[in-house]
Amino acid sequence: MENSALVAPPKRSPLTSAAMPPIHLAAFEGPLDLLLHLIRINEIDIYDIPIAEITRQYLQVIEAMEALDLTIAGEYLVMAATLIEIKSRMLLPQTPKEEDAVEAEEDPRAELVQRLLDYQQFRDTIATLQRWEEERRRVYFRDAAQNVEDYLLPVPQGEITPAQLHHALHQMLARAGLEEKPLTTVVPRRRLSLRLKMLEIVRKLEAVAPTAVPFESFFMLPGPLYDIVLTFLAVLELLRLGRVRVEQAEPFAPFYLYAAQEVSES
Amino acid sequence: MSLSLEAALECLLFVSGEPLPVEELARATGEEPLRVEEALRSLQVALVERRSGLQLLRIAGGWQLATRPEYAECVGRLLTPRSNKLSRAALETLAIIAYRQPITLPEIEAIRGVSSDGVLKTLLERRLIAEAGKKVAPGRPTLYVTTSEFLHYFGIAGLEELPPLETEPSPPSELPAESAVEGVYPRSG
Repeated sequence: MENSALVAPPKRSPLTSAAMPPIHLAAFEGPLDLLLHLIRINEIDIYDIPIAEITRQYLQVIEAMEALDLTIAGEYLVMAATLIEIKSRMLLPQTPKEEDAVEAEEDPRAELVQRLLDYQQFRDTIATLQRWEEERRRVYFRDAAQNVEDYLLPVPQGEITPAQLHHALHQMLARAGLEEKPLTTVVPRRRLSLRLKMLEIVRKLEAVAPTAVPFESFFMLPGPLYDIVLTFLAVLELLRLGRVRVEQAEPFAPFYLYAAQEVSES
Repeated sequence: MSLSLEAALECLLFVSGEPLPVEELARATGEEPLRVEEALRSLQVALVERRSGLQLLRIAGGWQLATRPEYAECVGRLLTPRSNKLSRAALETLAIIAYRQPITLPEIEAIRGVSSDGVLKTLLERRLIAEAGKKVAPGRPTLYVTTSEFLHYFGIAGLEELPPLETEPSPPSELPAESAVEGVYPRSG
């Protein structure tokens, strides 16, 4: 690599790698980004890249990273191989000029240059997108989800929302100590079905109707997660079918379940 | 008291949580789309003239009321903080998709020179891009396009507002061939 001076030298001022600031790969989006950076700080014409020097600098960055024991993403190594390949192809003696019909296409650098240009044009739009993003963040819109219940799901005073029911389930799970799972667990045979659970709840409510039953009393605590979830699902399903009603006197007060007045067989 | 079209539009824009296309505003007001567009522009001016805190924007293919940027600090103190800004990698990938859509993951990676599945997942999660069927190519890779959320995120009305690329991309050579076989292998989605 040190004899890179032997390569057909580019017709421009020698590149001073000593002045090169330390480079961290983390600052780059990939090998193309890194190459474009090297091209810019060396003030190189992208259409006439001194491939030997750029390869040397590129490898220097990679080696510096390796010395710091940092993992180099595979893409950077692929590009290193590509650069070395281009460099060695440029070392090969030129074919006689007579057959130069397709000479321009035979520049070993052509494909890489095209990729760099392609990539660069997208990279250049980032600044615009970032400016738009910044401007847009200073502007607020009405929240699409806000107040949707006002006109879609009328909730009478005292009744509760699914979100609150969900919250109640979490409290229940926390109390049952089920949020932290043991390392090993025995999966018991599932005996209960949703249908049976619904029946159980309705019977319990109808037995005491019109008295209300606290929501929490339907749960056996501590008990298996499956039962808790099943009971919760059963309550939701009964609510949907209109077989039970849930009420809460005020925020954070306990929920009460009632059997709905009209009981229809489903 | 006579009802004004401008005021009616202001009502519709006020209650809507998303950009309203002119056609929808025309349907709701029972007016001609051209009249609606005219009234929208005069409402836009009227809001400025009455020094309103709101402005009327053409965004993501529709019209929507928004707060003025001058009052961003004030509104920001009331509302919860927003999601993080996009990373450079995300913006880069988004730019490639925006200009070259529909595009597959391997095509994106060929341009970026790095694997991009992680960043693609983030963009999908933030709904800035969406899947749009499969490409008629070996392996039938998924095609990705930008969404109206993308337009909304950057506050632009449409893709035509994107700055032109410096060098025009060479036209994809496989396109004619692809449309030629479309009848045989119809694209899904």
